[in-house]
Amino acid sequence: MDVAIIGIGLHRFGRSPDMSGMQQGASAVRAALADAGLAWKDMQFAYGGSQDGGNADALVNELGLTGLQFTNIWNGCATGGSSLHAAYTAIKSGEYDMGVVVGFDKHPRGAFNPQPKEWGLDEWYGETGLMLTTQFFALKTQRYMYDHGITEDALIRVSEKAFNNGSITPTAWRQQALSYEEIASSTMVSDPLRKYMFCSPAEGGAALIVCNADKAHQYCSNPLFIKAAAVRTRHYGSFEVFSPSQAMTVADAPTVTASKAAFELAGIGPEDVDVIQLQDTDSGTEIMHMAENGFCEHGEQEKLLREGATQIDGRMPVNTDGGCLANGEPVGASGLRQIYEVCVQLRGEGGARQVANNPKVGYTHVYGAPGISGVNIITK
Amino acid sequence: MTSQVPLHEGLFTWPATKPQLLGSRCSQCAEAAFPAQPDCRSCGSRDTTIVELGDHGTLWTWTIQTFLPKHPYLSGETADTFRPYGVGYVEMPGGVRVEARLKPNSPDQLKIGMPMQLDIIPFCTDENGDQRMTFAFSAVAEV
Repeated sequence: MDVAIIGIGLHRFGRSPDMSGMQQGASAVRAALADAGLAWKDMQFAYGGSQDGGNADALVNELGLTGLQFTNIWNGCATGGSSLHAAYTAIKSGEYDMGVVVGFDKHPRGAFNPQPKEWGLDEWYGETGLMLTTQFFALKTQRYMYDHGITEDALIRVSEKAFNNGSITPTAWRQQALSYEEIASSTMVSDPLRKYMFCSPAEGGAALIVCNADKAHQYCSNPLFIKAAAVRTRHYGSFEVFSPSQAMTVADAPTVTASKAAFELAGIGPEDVDVIQLQDTDSGTEIMHMAENGFCEHGEQEKLLREGATQIDGRMPVNTDGGCLANGEPVGASGLRQIYEVCVQLRGEGGARQVANNPKVGYTHVYGAPGISGVNIITK
Repeated sequence: MTSQVPLHEGLFTWPATKPQLLGSRCSQCAEAAFPAQPDCRSCGSRDTTIVELGDHGTLWTWTIQTFLPKHPYLSGETADTFRPYGVGYVEMPGGVRVEARLKPNSPDQLKIGMPMQLDIIPFCTDENGDQRMTFAFSAVAEV
């Protein structure tokens, strides 16, 4: 049995000072229901998650106490991917026909401050200043550049593309394109990553209405289909965030195994994908994720970026809405924003940022602490 | 009188003339971990022993922390007094890459592959006036 997406909704990312994280989640659900022409009472189940916005199942206070099954999901930055995976299996199993996937968040300004105990680590690791996500992404990028001959030029081009795409995406938080020079001369935050190469913790909400594909056309003239949903965690030796030590031999990242599993489930390969969303916590990770997801060889990114291959009019458009760099990172919502954008593109509703030639296959990838990855493949 | 105490027990041998980082090694698969842990992350065995990982190594990757980390950072610095510090993974003779603070804190002082030496350094002063000691690596002085 296939699983269809029949409604998509977004509460604009960025800052909504007058709304709680929960209200932004409810706003996204209402938008998705309206898009599908359905009501909250039609929903049989929901999966949702948030890091700092509260328990997702409390959304029923806003949306209605209908008695539906509502399960909270928390899986770091991969929360959205994990929620969608849970909904996908709920429908595939035949237990339910229709439900909601929702993610939302509202983070304080500045870098995240994870607490060691919540990640199974001793306090000294945080107390001595070794437990910052920004540090990890810089450390991984630094080594990757050394191993694969990537230069700062590639890091700058990723950011330039992100903010340019953000400037033509009405729902993006960062609407201002930045020049190559502005990015190249921005403050060095964690060598080799500069200010405009990092995303910022933010706010927002995203929701999807998913449905048994056999019934999708009853509700929707243009359903999209989830051909694969895969979530994987780290292997021994993979170089992950929040690791006081690493094995001497580097193993494949969880992204590699999640991606392979998803392509196998969908029965297609990277060359068949028309529009791509990759976790771009920073410009270095987008570069690494291009190869980890099978879209190029390690080291090939430098040339691809110089050629503009990942731009909207390139042959493998990545993060057409500006990704996390231009939309910010509300952890619970980000993974579902990726799906939202891919659906917009497959429906042909991208406006100024629409990928040409009628894209048919979309791909989304999230990566989160402490080494978890979620991949989805969506088709017309 | 001010005394010096480790920030956390069991991370390194100290005081000692040549302090060593402490980790664990699995008796089944021989993989090492830092800090020492009773379970092996590689094979799941609980047959591990505490071992010395060494007092020097090679820099595997590095970055520089340029802003004051939020709680639970304990250095006692403020945004005004904060001094950037290096962070890196150092390949130890004991067969594991250990994440650590680095004394060098500017890009021109750091290079992948450079030899590094373990130092036990005062990190902060606690409410009793005692200096809390932690581990860090410095560049090996050229002879």
